[in-house]
Amino acid sequence: MSFFQLMGFGEGGWGAFMLMGALVTMALALCGFSIGACFGAFAAWAKISGNRFTRTIADIYTTVLRGIPDLLVIYLFYFGGSAFLTWLGRLFGSDGFIGLPGFLAGAMAIGITSGAQHTEVFRGAYRAVAKGEIEAAVACGMPRAMRFRRIVAPLVLRHALPGLGNVWQIVLKESALVSVTGVVELLRQSQVGAGSTRQPFDFYFAAAILYLCITTISSISFHTAEKRFNKGVRRS
Amino acid sequence: MTSSASQNSPVAVSLTDLHKYFGDLEVLKGVTMKAHEGEVVSILGSSGSGKSTMLRCINMLETPTSGTVTVGEETIKLVTDRKGVVKPADRKQVDRLRTRVGMVFQSFNLWSHKTILENVIEAPIHVQGRDRKDCIEEAQDILAKVGIADKRDFYPSHLSGGQQQRAAIARALAQHPDVLLFDEPTSALDPELVGEVLRVMRGLAEEGRTMLVVTHEMSFARDVSNRVVFLHQGQIDAEGSPDALFNDMSNERFQKFIAG
Amino acid sequence: MDMQFFWESLVTLIPGIPLTLQLAFLSTFLGAFIALGLAMMRLSGIRPLDWFARGYLFVFRGSPLLVQLFLIYYGLSQFPAVRHSFAWTFLRDPYWCAIIALTLNTAAYASEVIRGGLLSVPHGQVEAARACGMSGFKLFRRIVLPLAIRQALPAYGTELILMVKATSLASIITIMEITGLAAKLVSETYRVIEVFVVAGAIYLAINFILTRIIMAFEYKLTPHLREPRITKVLALENESAGEIS
Repeated sequence: MSFFQLMGFGEGGWGAFMLMGALVTMALALCGFSIGACFGAFAAWAKISGNRFTRTIADIYTTVLRGIPDLLVIYLFYFGGSAFLTWLGRLFGSDGFIGLPGFLAGAMAIGITSGAQHTEVFRGAYRAVAKGEIEAAVACGMPRAMRFRRIVAPLVLRHALPGLGNVWQIVLKESALVSVTGVVELLRQSQVGAGSTRQPFDFYFAAAILYLCITTISSISFHTAEKRFNKGVRRS
Repeated sequence: MTSSASQNSPVAVSLTDLHKYFGDLEVLKGVTMKAHEGEVVSILGSSGSGKSTMLRCINMLETPTSGTVTVGEETIKLVTDRKGVVKPADRKQVDRLRTRVGMVFQSFNLWSHKTILENVIEAPIHVQGRDRKDCIEEAQDILAKVGIADKRDFYPSHLSGGQQQRAAIARALAQHPDVLLFDEPTSALDPELVGEVLRVMRGLAEEGRTMLVVTHEMSFARDVSNRVVFLHQGQIDAEGSPDALFNDMSNERFQKFIAG
Repeated sequence: MDMQFFWESLVTLIPGIPLTLQLAFLSTFLGAFIALGLAMMRLSGIRPLDWFARGYLFVFRGSPLLVQLFLIYYGLSQFPAVRHSFAWTFLRDPYWCAIIALTLNTAAYASEVIRGGLLSVPHGQVEAARACGMSGFKLFRRIVLPLAIRQALPAYGTELILMVKATSLASIITIMEITGLAAKLVSETYRVIEVFVVAGAIYLAINFILTRIIMAFEYKLTPHLREPRITKVLALENESAGEIS
């Protein structure tokens, strides 16, 4: 079959499956990115305003996760999570194997690894905020929570936007690694197709094109968002 | 120039025996002064004399190591925590007090993610809980008064320094403050933009507002203020009406200072 | 805690270290040449070359490394022409496929690092070199490149660390480097946490040592950014002179 027949939506075409895989990839990346943003926000806060103990914990977290391969973290969550669940099950009297769903393990693993990158992005963005703007909020009597909500957080987010765009791209590509856990995202779907049609090049080529589409659309969206939100924010 | 403000009117701000240490460095060595309602006080001194620190103690941007700060009738309660650090006893009291004190900074410190109008209405709406519509109307009047009504929907970074500082003054005025603090409001400006800001400040003085102004502008100190306070190495070295002080040739240190 | 098992895991995984390092260093080294070429293309001002480099960057930075690896290792075997060519000796071997994929991938990222370095070279220093008669390749080799390398070094160090991490993907196409050995050990013993903790520790140690080496290298290359130590050197010279006499 030709490439276009193979990737089409007609009889024997894999188009629909591949698009479905792309959707799963995006969902996986989105979940991982969101989890990572939470971890990153916490760790950045710990590094900026925490005491020495929380700062050390956050430093260890970012150093370790930037030093070990993402694939290892994914394996650890997938196999380790299942082992943990099985052990937990035994405690409650079930003796079968309990598997952690690959999607969940993958999203968690991506979240934890990208959290280390989020941390640096948020911390850098916080540093970029002019201290005087926060002081002006103090001077007009804003309580701390309101100051964070109305002044600090919006400014940090605006400064963080380019960095967040980079992290998102990394997360999208990293999600391909989750195929090793059997989650039928874009790359796993391509493997399945390649195996059953014996046309691996066509499938991986199509996967590459779909990834390129997703990354391109994402980067355009981030640029638009930057233009929209960074009105007036000084770039130093 | 504005002689209406008298020493008999109620006290707006009073500082008593204010000390401030930064580490081992004593920046304020027992400063005591009062500003009465309607008075314009210029605070002069060379850099490192502690004049900005003194001003920032009034709204607790710096916490004094000892001494008292009173705004109107209310004295700010301070406590020493277990580590020996002095801090405000009641954060709510400080926040309440800060809404009554407007501050204008050297580097404007406008919120860069908000338009000029949004900057001006931020504190009145969200801190003071006033009606949004009223705030906007009032903000437009204030912006007109400082001469930048046409800039209300611009972002700070699109304005010149002089316009930004006038917007910052508008932001301070919108709080309906009892006292206005100016921390070297013209020092970050190009020389040709200083005049427009000083004009606005002169107008406020003529309205009879209570103002404490840390400045290097001798013309403002001499012509606009009712009283001049000269700080030297963390202490008040000389104090009095501008006429008396500027013409007192016996005070060598002050004469040397104004000679530049 | 079963220290015995930790130790056994360590002993099993250590033989994977040379392969991991080989994959990382060889591909970073080969990638540097392609990267330099790409950076020059982008800076050449010649439209077709610039577009080619941009296209290369777009493709290799926009898609996952694992997809690139699969395209080369599994994908190319689809074509009989490839299978019957000379290149097949390399392309049938997972080791060389991993090297090729890692090299092509790092070239894309490194070319931006190098381009940044080249752009950072102060114009005045280039002019000064021209003024004393240097031009062309000599100017590039003696003035521009040394300055650019010093500027690009920290970012290139980061890229090297990323490459060490990326080599773990080779385990997916059956290469028995650290991650490959770890996965094998897990499938034999089912002791996931212990094995992966040991594997993670090995990677951390490698990257820690590499970071130190890069920092030392950077320090050595940038005496001009440090406090001058002339007085100290002079003092030492005087001292040794005194000893001799």
